[in-house]
Amino acid sequence: MTMISLSGVNKHYDSYHALRNIDLDIEAGEFFSLLGPSGCGKTTLLRTIAGFEDIESGTLKIAGADMAEVPPNRRPTNMVFQSYAIFPHLNVAQNVAFGLRKSDLSKSEQTRVVGEALEMVGLDGFGARAANALSGGQRQRVALARALVLKPKVLLLDEPLSALDKKLREQMQLELRRLQRQVGITFILVTHDQEEALIMSDRIAVMFEGQIAQLADPQTLYRAPASRKVGEFIGTMNVMPVAQNAGNLTIAGLGQVSDPARDTVSHAGIRPETMSILFPGEPDRDRVAAAKIVDRAYYGDMTYYEVGLDGLDNTLTISMKNLMGREILEIGTPVRISWREDALVFFDQ
Amino acid sequence: MRAYTWAYLIFLYAPIVLLPLFAFNDSTTIAFPLQGFTTKWFVQLPTIPALTSSVWTSVKIASITAVLSTILGVCAARAAVRYRFIGKRPIMGLIMLPLVLPEIIVAVSLLVVFLQLGLSIGSWSVIAGHTLICMPFAISILNSSFQNIDPALEEASLDLGETRVSTFYRVTLPLIWPGLIASLLISFTISLDEFIIAFFLSSTEPTLPVYLWSQLRFPTKLPVVMALGTLLVCLSILLLALAETLRRRGLRKAGQSTEGGFL
Ligand SMILES: Nc1ncnc2c1ncn2[C@@H]1O[C@H](COP(=O)(O)OP(=O)(O)O)[C@@H](O)[C@H]1O
Ligand SMILES: [Mg+2]
Repeated sequence: MTMISLSGVNKHYDSYHALRNIDLDIEAGEFFSLLGPSGCGKTTLLRTIAGFEDIESGTLKIAGADMAEVPPNRRPTNMVFQSYAIFPHLNVAQNVAFGLRKSDLSKSEQTRVVGEALEMVGLDGFGARAANALSGGQRQRVALARALVLKPKVLLLDEPLSALDKKLREQMQLELRRLQRQVGITFILVTHDQEEALIMSDRIAVMFEGQIAQLADPQTLYRAPASRKVGEFIGTMNVMPVAQNAGNLTIAGLGQVSDPARDTVSHAGIRPETMSILFPGEPDRDRVAAAKIVDRAYYGDMTYYEVGLDGLDNTLTISMKNLMGREILEIGTPVRISWREDALVFFDQ
Repeated sequence: MRAYTWAYLIFLYAPIVLLPLFAFNDSTTIAFPLQGFTTKWFVQLPTIPALTSSVWTSVKIASITAVLSTILGVCAARAAVRYRFIGKRPIMGLIMLPLVLPEIIVAVSLLVVFLQLGLSIGSWSVIAGHTLICMPFAISILNSSFQNIDPALEEASLDLGETRVSTFYRVTLPLIWPGLIASLLISFTISLDEFIIAFFLSSTEPTLPVYLWSQLRFPTKLPVVMALGTLLVCLSILLLALAETLRRRGLRKAGQSTEGGFL
């Protein structure tokens, strides 16, 4: 079932075209992410769904109902704001119970569901705590509980983890995912962190400059980016120019491939982990090219090598697991690299 | 520089220090040396009908002025902080103008306007004048109250099912109330102490400062005037200190710096 459906949605801020002809369907129960660099219009799109921004053209439907005339307080959505927007004059329990005033629950039932919501987000017993006595992570949990207690059809999250430190962020990513499975509500997450989007989402819409550049599940997005821009935004993508000759494609540095020539193709891309460096004594496998180590970055579990190839201006990044007994190669070492044609993606520009 | 500051302060406040000195002085003449301690001037105060009625007039005018300028201040400050509209700067500038305009000019021009319109002046015209000069203070205080509210808080309330009106009562009002009380107290104090506008725009019912001024012509009344002045100064200081305390508490609650302000 389609939970949210946008078609032909446009939005201007003065002369700035913030949302450009957005068509988007989000399924019920889905963990959906809007991913894109800062300023691409993710928040605007989320606020449009919540009802805080009017749209100039196009339609927005939530659970089949047109939202054109529906104000935010009557939409079946709830939002976790980037600043969390915890009411400073209320304590934790009062914050969580804020939206229950208009429900038909009795006072004692309200207390019970507030307690349950706090337990769900791991804030059991924090009800009487003052709002300004909370840490960033706790504020975020209160904001979550406050929204989830109303059992919305859709939960909107605007960069909910960006204010947290790395450890807590990673923990909350898993927790949010678990929470979403548990409650079964449609989650729409706004993030500029591609790793976060990949980890958490069922599907991801990548946005650039007010437009959706690609909408796909994480694996498709990573393995088959629709454009060079998407490929380079998500993870690391080595990009090489492609020449057309005699009915075949020739990739700068790597050589001719069996793909037939296509006029539209101008570049090829390959991910760092799909290539490998052949250490001395290792036999050749797949396609092999001669290269030289230009630079390296040691990450503990991994080493990222920058290698230079003849006929290629830029260097390629190759990531290698630091397996037991495997040496870390010095800069300047000549090496053989191994790659596979089926790991290539082709781009138009 | 420091000596300069001290000289300035002494010059400015010495008369105020003299006020209580003579208010408790057991002599009808205002002159040194002091004659001894008495509280009889204070005891006489409530026995003068013209005086008590002027107190009543002043309190009435100051209360209405405080409420009016605070309500108008809430509207103006909210509009200034939350909305963008054409002509915002000139309009806000106009509202703040009485802050730098000499009161005599405000008083005379209002008098001319009212008389031209064929309106008879009275307590209402004093209230109008006082509201005009209190507005800039009310707006400045409330501006910072509104500025300290994260706009997302009001949006969160809407998002959680409240209407714009109920959001104002459930979120906005509790967050600006220290500013609101501060604005009420300061407007009340300004109106209570104001002389020139009250003098020009009142008719048969004088306010307390106007009554005080009229009594200065009678030397025997001077000690009573001193006693009254002492009370007025104490009350004003008390109200302003209360207002400032509240304003700071409001800022601290919102996690803001407590620098700046009027006091
Ligand atoms: N209220 C506003 N007024 C004018 N421009 C805005 C407003 N809100 C956002 N913008 C502009 O619209 C663009 C998209 O903003 P936003 O949706 O917040 O981006 P994101 O959340 O992807 O970082 C940005 O260029 C931003 O400057
Ligand atoms: Mg944003």
